Amino acid sequence: MAAFGSFCLLIALALAAYNLLAGALALRLIATGQATRISPERLADTARRAGIAGFVAVSGAAFALIWSVFTNDFSITYILEHSNRALPIPYKFAALWSGQEGSLLLWAWLLGTYGFVLRLRHKTDVKLYAYAGTILAGIQVFFLAVLVWAAPPFALLKGAIPDDGNGLNPLLQYPEMVIHPPMLYLGYVGFSVPFAFALGALMMRYPGEKWIKITRTWTMVTWLFLTCGIFLGMHWAYAVLGWGGYWGWDPVENASFMPWLTGTAFLHSVMMQERKGMMKSWNVWLIFATFLLTLLGTLLTRAGLVSSVHAFAQSSIGTWFVVFMCIVLAVCIFTYVLQRSHLQTEHQLESLVSRESSFLFNNLMLLTACFVILWGTLFPVLSEYVEGSKVTVGAPFYNAVAVPIGLFLLFLTGVGPLLPWRSTSLKAIKRNFVLPTIALWAAVIVCFVAGANPWTGGAFDQGHFYAIVAFALSAAVFTAIVAECLRGAAVIMRQTGRNLFAALWLLTRRNTRRYGGYLVHIGVVIVVVGLAGAAFNKNVESEMGLHSRISVGPYTLEQVGASQDSNLNYDSDYALLDVYKGGKKVFQLAPEKRVYLVSSQPQTMVAIHSTPEWDLYVVYEGQNPDTGQPIIKAFLNPLVGWIWFGLAVIVAGTFIALVPSLTPATAALRIPATRTTPIEPALKGGA
Amino acid sequence: MATPLRFAFWMRAVEASVLAVAICFSLGATDASARFNNLGHRLMCTCGCAQLLGECNHVGCPESGRERNELTAAIASGLSDQQILDGFAAKYGATVLAAPPTKGFDLVAWIAPFAVFAAALLGTILLIRRWGGLGGKNKATIAGEASVLDPAEQARMERIRRETGSDGGF
Repeated sequence: MAAFGSFCLLIALALAAYNLLAGALALRLIATGQATRISPERLADTARRAGIAGFVAVSGAAFALIWSVFTNDFSITYILEHSNRALPIPYKFAALWSGQEGSLLLWAWLLGTYGFVLRLRHKTDVKLYAYAGTILAGIQVFFLAVLVWAAPPFALLKGAIPDDGNGLNPLLQYPEMVIHPPMLYLGYVGFSVPFAFALGALMMRYPGEKWIKITRTWTMVTWLFLTCGIFLGMHWAYAVLGWGGYWGWDPVENASFMPWLTGTAFLHSVMMQERKGMMKSWNVWLIFATFLLTLLGTLLTRAGLVSSVHAFAQSSIGTWFVVFMCIVLAVCIFTYVLQRSHLQTEHQLESLVSRESSFLFNNLMLLTACFVILWGTLFPVLSEYVEGSKVTVGAPFYNAVAVPIGLFLLFLTGVGPLLPWRSTSLKAIKRNFVLPTIALWAAVIVCFVAGANPWTGGAFDQGHFYAIVAFALSAAVFTAIVAECLRGAAVIMRQTGRNLFAALWLLTRRNTRRYGGYLVHIGVVIVVVGLAGAAFNKNVESEMGLHSRISVGPYTLEQVGASQDSNLNYDSDYALLDVYKGGKKVFQLAPEKRVYLVSSQPQTMVAIHSTPEWDLYVVYEGQNPDTGQPIIKAFLNPLVGWIWFGLAVIVAGTFIALVPSLTPATAALRIPATRTTPIEPALKGGA
Repeated sequence: MATPLRFAFWMRAVEASVLAVAICFSLGATDASARFNNLGHRLMCTCGCAQLLGECNHVGCPESGRERNELTAAIASGLSDQQILDGFAAKYGATVLAAPPTKGFDLVAWIAPFAVFAAALLGTILLIRRWGGLGGKNKATIAGEASVLDPAEQARMERIRRETGSDGGF
């Protein structure tokens, strides 16, 4: 199977190279109108078909690796190092992305899959898709070349073949690890597609904004995958690492967050291009930057450039990535300089207080956030280069610099949709902002009444201060969005006689992007509320003998047993804890500590009881070597559940935004015939 | 007369708010447990776990217990926060500090984000003002590009946009 997998990779590389060269030649011939023996259109079609065949070949290689994991083929070094016989079946799949070579193969396979879908849909716009397909082939050539020469997944073991493998990293033996990396990779790799469309459209001087519409759909899907991937990673960190948090500003976490920020900026600013023909250069560079950041993220993860807890997949392929990023950047700059006259802006901003300028400021803040994170991630390297010694750039730096930016972004989330396009009047501002302002101050008062105070223990608590600001802004933004939706629905109710829900439904159907977007913003607000809850975390740590008790918040935990268990994969120690609230037993938790047999590595399995109000999060830290008693650390983490619920709302909003809006003609059919008042302005939200 | 008075009132309100926030931020921690908590989140555990000292939670950590004891002793001895942080940095190296120090080259770490933000903000405002100052709504250009779309080209772009079915989004 190793030979088959290697052969598939070689074939895929040859096909991708043909796709790149033949596609580029055909497009060049079409552009110059040069006569040749073979029709350039036919040549371009052979290139497209080579891309499709390349997908089959990469799929063959991915299949070969999975097959080798399932058949315990330890003659392959990668399988030996990342699997073992007792590994449960779902984690056998996870072995594909648990190491350097496998995750690069996953990248190539996903890129092949995206390319396959793209090439099948080429009739949407044959020429644009030919450009995009050729650019994707160029990216694929790079990844396949790395797989063939720098990180071969089918490299054979030298010497005697052991009877069992080294096993999967225990940190990865958790259900989310079966879906978190593929989601993240779907996001990372997916940004190759909008990048290919943007670069292709620029190269061919594509007339109009249709490419933007095509790209936007791909970008939204990709953005959704990346969002889900990031949140799943947060949940994994929360449930597995056992430190009570979900975001540690680790360089690899940062690496996934940076393209998310630029991708989000693109999704917003692209609306300026669609509606106003503005910010064309900006948008092109946003998508270029997003793609380059996905490569940088992979470089950070793989090359060991910065120290990270994600050290399980480091190697020396950094040079390959640096060279490729330089080539990509050079191509982008060259194409932009050559074709920049095609990117003329057609309109201008007319007011500092308008929807357009709010998009500009939104982009400004998103990119500033991206810069801050990039700067913080790379500063230790820079500092070491300049001063000869490393420094740590950790949570205090990001909390001081990035949190205020995030809060300002939240403010813009509420303000932007309230501002009309072009310009606004003071009267309109007053009308739209009264309710949100009332909500903001009401939230501040509620926070103080509920005991949230930035002056605790005689000292100013920055965390509490930011949390109160976040709650207040969240209340204001939520009110602003809901009020905006209700205003639109009220117009429809007046004009069609429908009830509120039917009117909201019709309103959403007529402009899914707008109202889907609003739902995404509500999801973001919910997430921010959840994040702000971290300022009020409490924890207690204690050695617990039988029937001893500890209290955290309203809960009291009593140790009623400590036991051991084992299976083929791991041994585990766990404690049984009865949890009381108000003197009454409400549930039982069993935090666990495992030791994986093959690797002898320990791993905590946190016990979590979630409610909308808070999580009771209990960690079995181990046994006191002197007394043999379990040591338990219990956290009370307020509002964490809101983060995961917010993600669900974001996903729902994105799905709505992806659904095509009803056309005015279709919508008119759904309105009772007796009503003849034009409702279009209301349905478009007065935009 | 009403406008200048109102302006003065709002300026006073802004000044008062800024002063209040500045006072808040300048207040130091006063009790020992609050200082321990605060400093524990400004120092790293040196065992290599990449966690803040105040959050390092693994049993048997060879470093965090000792570091915590040192921190408790330093607070009890009456040293200021900065003296404690300097002492830890001298003993364990700069990587024990969870954020770069605000001196020497490391000060750049703190300045750069704000400098970039200020420059970008200024640039954005200037860009908007420049666009606004050019007049008519179809006369815009972007920085570095002197050309202007003529009416025929404008009409063609509008037609393409209509035909390609852009629904406008927000």
